[in-house]
Amino acid sequence: MNQIAIIDYGVGNLFSLASSFRSIGAEITVTSDASVIRQADKLILPGVGAFEDAARKLRETGLDTVIKQEAGSGKPLMGICLGMQMLFEKSYEYGEHEGLGLLKGAVVPMQGRIPEGLKIPHIGWNALHFTRDSGLFRYIREGDCVYFVHSYYASGCEDSVIATAGYGAELTAAVQKGNVMGCQFHPEKSGKVGLAILRAFCEGIEA
Amino acid sequence: MITKRIIPCLDVRNGRVVKGVNFEGLHDVSSPVELGQYYSDCGADELVFYDITASFEGRQLFTDILREVASKIFIPLTVGGGINTVEDFDRVLKCGADKVSVNSGAIRNPDLIREAAMRYGNQCVVLSADVKRVDGEFRVFAKGGRVDTGMEAIGWIRHCVDLGAGEIVVNSIDTDGVKKGFDLPLLKAVCDAVSVPVIASGGAGCAQDFVDLFRAVPTVDAGLAASIFHFGEVAIPDLKQLLRDNDITVRL
Repeated sequence: MNQIAIIDYGVGNLFSLASSFRSIGAEITVTSDASVIRQADKLILPGVGAFEDAARKLRETGLDTVIKQEAGSGKPLMGICLGMQMLFEKSYEYGEHEGLGLLKGAVVPMQGRIPEGLKIPHIGWNALHFTRDSGLFRYIREGDCVYFVHSYYASGCEDSVIATAGYGAELTAAVQKGNVMGCQFHPEKSGKVGLAILRAFCEGIEA
Repeated sequence: MITKRIIPCLDVRNGRVVKGVNFEGLHDVSSPVELGQYYSDCGADELVFYDITASFEGRQLFTDILREVASKIFIPLTVGGGINTVEDFDRVLKCGADKVSVNSGAIRNPDLIREAAMRYGNQCVVLSADVKRVDGEFRVFAKGGRVDTGMEAIGWIRHCVDLGAGEIVVNSIDTDGVKKGFDLPLLKAVCDAVSVPVIASGGAGCAQDFVDLFRAVPTVDAGLAASIFHFGEVAIPDLKQLLRDNDITVRL
């Protein structure tokens, strides 16, 4: 059995994400129930919107502790978009906010860090540059395009970054350290390439 | 670097795509799900679905179909047509739309943009503007391009971006249907005025028109068209190859 739980903590619409997993034959549960999360084999931490709001909701529901314990016990966990950003120690989106601290690094604004004249948010299809081997990429190739929508990115995460996307600077596109991983882009909106990444996650990544 | 996007637009009435011809391997050209899937497989970067239904029943049907589209097609989906309230945003976002485009609804109530952007984020709110030259200036038209609002277009678009619109679809009434190419002067004026993504619409008659668009206005982000794709005059894989041959960055 390979049950995947998408953690529903009240941020964003999970319809497309759940559909994308179903389309590749994954057994998926969308849940906010700690016991279901503990029983699942793999976890997805989604998220759209503002970091502070999302971090507060995770704390208020107590799911932050559950996620940290499950990830700490070696259960595969993938954060998507804001969910990936939440894996880091902190974010500087409108102030300074604490994240889950599962990965080393901080989330910083693009503003002032990419050349002027480039539009923010970084929105659209951009190519992945692999910086390290990862099982997450076993079905895709260097240069494949994925769909991004974000104004902040993870920085200081040299020990976990596995892919970047060029946008005036090399923006962190995907990370993995052992069983904890994440995509800044939206695999559920990245066509065949995105589904291939989700499939690799479902099948299992060598930690 | 971000790729230039190619976006087919599907008009849907009573649950069916309004115009189009049969492509090889496509059983039902009027099925939004089948046609959308076909375009997605061909390399479309995004799809726009416009609901041109007037009736309540037709609107229900549209959201049912949208849900089916979103459960099968995994590229960004923009939905427009009949978006007048934040509840309308909610209705289509719940069915799997990623972005919602407003036109007449924003002209009647510009605050709709601000409210929706606050609730769902700027990236979710697309302003669609129908623009036509009148007395030497660009004017905004409402109600499907039939009514001159008297508003100057560039100022209106800038105002909507200030309110929270995260993307602009610029549809030139002057070039729409003429098939002689996009309205380059209008698109340049809009791109110079705002810093959010701009999607060009109206006038594409052949693949070369997209090359000319991205060359003449390098800051434009995407080209949108309907009939040339639906009638098979331009195949998306060929178009993208032509763009790449002309050193324009696209997703192949």
